Amino acid sequence: MASITADKKGKKETGTLLVKKALPQMLKGGVIMDVVNAEQAKIAEEAGAVAVMALERVPADIRADGGVARMSDPELIIQIIKAVTIPVMAKARIGHFVEAQILESLGVDCVDESEVLTPADEEFHIDKSKFKIPFVCGARNLGEALRRIGEGAAMIRTKGEAGTGDVVEAVRHARAILGDIKKLTVMPAEELMTFAKNIGAPYELVKEIAKTGKLPVVNFAAGGLATPADAALLMQLGVDGVFVGSGIFKSGNPLKRAQAIVKATTHYQDPEILAEVSRNLGEPMVGRTAASLSETEMLAIRGN
Amino acid sequence: MKIGVLALQGDFAEHLQALERCAVQGSPIRRSFQLEDIDGLIIPGGESTTIAKLTNSDNTIFDTITNKIKSGMPVYGTCMGAIFLANEIEGSSQGRLGLMSIKVRRNGFGPQKASFESYIDIPCLAENGAKSEPFHAVFIRAPLILSHSPEVNVLAKLDQSISENIIMASQNNMLVSTFHPELTGDLRIHKYFLSMVE
Repeated sequence: MASITADKKGKKETGTLLVKKALPQMLKGGVIMDVVNAEQAKIAEEAGAVAVMALERVPADIRADGGVARMSDPELIIQIIKAVTIPVMAKARIGHFVEAQILESLGVDCVDESEVLTPADEEFHIDKSKFKIPFVCGARNLGEALRRIGEGAAMIRTKGEAGTGDVVEAVRHARAILGDIKKLTVMPAEELMTFAKNIGAPYELVKEIAKTGKLPVVNFAAGGLATPADAALLMQLGVDGVFVGSGIFKSGNPLKRAQAIVKATTHYQDPEILAEVSRNLGEPMVGRTAASLSETEMLAIRGN
Repeated sequence: MKIGVLALQGDFAEHLQALERCAVQGSPIRRSFQLEDIDGLIIPGGESTTIAKLTNSDNTIFDTITNKIKSGMPVYGTCMGAIFLANEIEGSSQGRLGLMSIKVRRNGFGPQKASFESYIDIPCLAENGAKSEPFHAVFIRAPLILSHSPEVNVLAKLDQSISENIIMASQNNMLVSTFHPELTGDLRIHKYFLSMVE
């Protein structure tokens, strides 16, 4: 021990797994908001967001407009980085490791390898362990979450169904992930390998979770959250924090709604505060039910 | 002994775990009345602007914390906690407790790709005259302590040769570090803080 520490003393090691996993740990209990430009980023910061997520179009518009959704214009990302002091995340397409390289070079704090954008690779995800900055990835179940962690993701979020304003899929995914984790904690040791095989997850990670009872990285909710009550619902189910996408800037009063969702995420166990912050927020985003989506419109099935 | 951990946002769960491993009762603090029976307070890592916004909306909890610190309750701020205790934040008017005579620069090392871990000397952790083992410290978008008034006691520097690289300091009943001892499993700094409470 002494010789190892003496050897490392005074050296600054950047981009280690510990350092990458620690950034999302600092965001826990907070709200990460989708923004498309610097002006929205400032509103998000003013509302108390712990980070902003830069993307070309919010998911509701991606759905409405169709076409290929890609990484944002780097110029917009630079403007967003200059506009705020909170961490800036940005989305890259699944498997598009060059978009991720560009985002890292721009100085973003975290990359979201996101099913909300049009996948660049239908078979393989990015090797996230090669990067110095952390990645967040979406998951519908524990198998997907652990495959992404195996590839180097430092943060997981539920996929939900982005751009719908319907929270049902985020709830389904959060319950699936957290439910399987609970199951693992009481599973006999001889069943773990078959469980790992059945969900397509790395055995070592399955064994670790059976012991610790939690994911080895931070786990947020995302995809369809639109109200303070939605945020508190997912927090009570056991996620560490929330992403809100179209729900804020597609609503009637973005600043007020964003502030309310921030407070609801902090005080998620306190119905009195939740009632107070939910009052008079103006029009929520219109939304559409996740059940009304055809299979080609579902974003969550991308990149499993 | 009961130690509160401000649980509005950030890595408060990690601090609560560290307290548990020190065999001390920890208590998450979200509302003013929860501060009544605590003997010390930890302000965790997180986003200082987020906490500042929560200040604007619910001043009672921060008024109570300020009064308790002024009347002697020990407080320990890590990273965001250090920013929140500082009386001067470079180029910012964001909300803060402002009780400690230090000037800080947020994100002093740059964006996340400049975040790092290192092993550092913290002389105040030495026991019985023996030199202490280096401390495994994690710096995440960490602030810099740029300057301080004479009543501030500098406890550790990242680089002894650079005057402004202060990473741990105290002033009376207030302790701050710009890094996160709650992330590496080494309990010595938590125990150092608990000795301030005793």
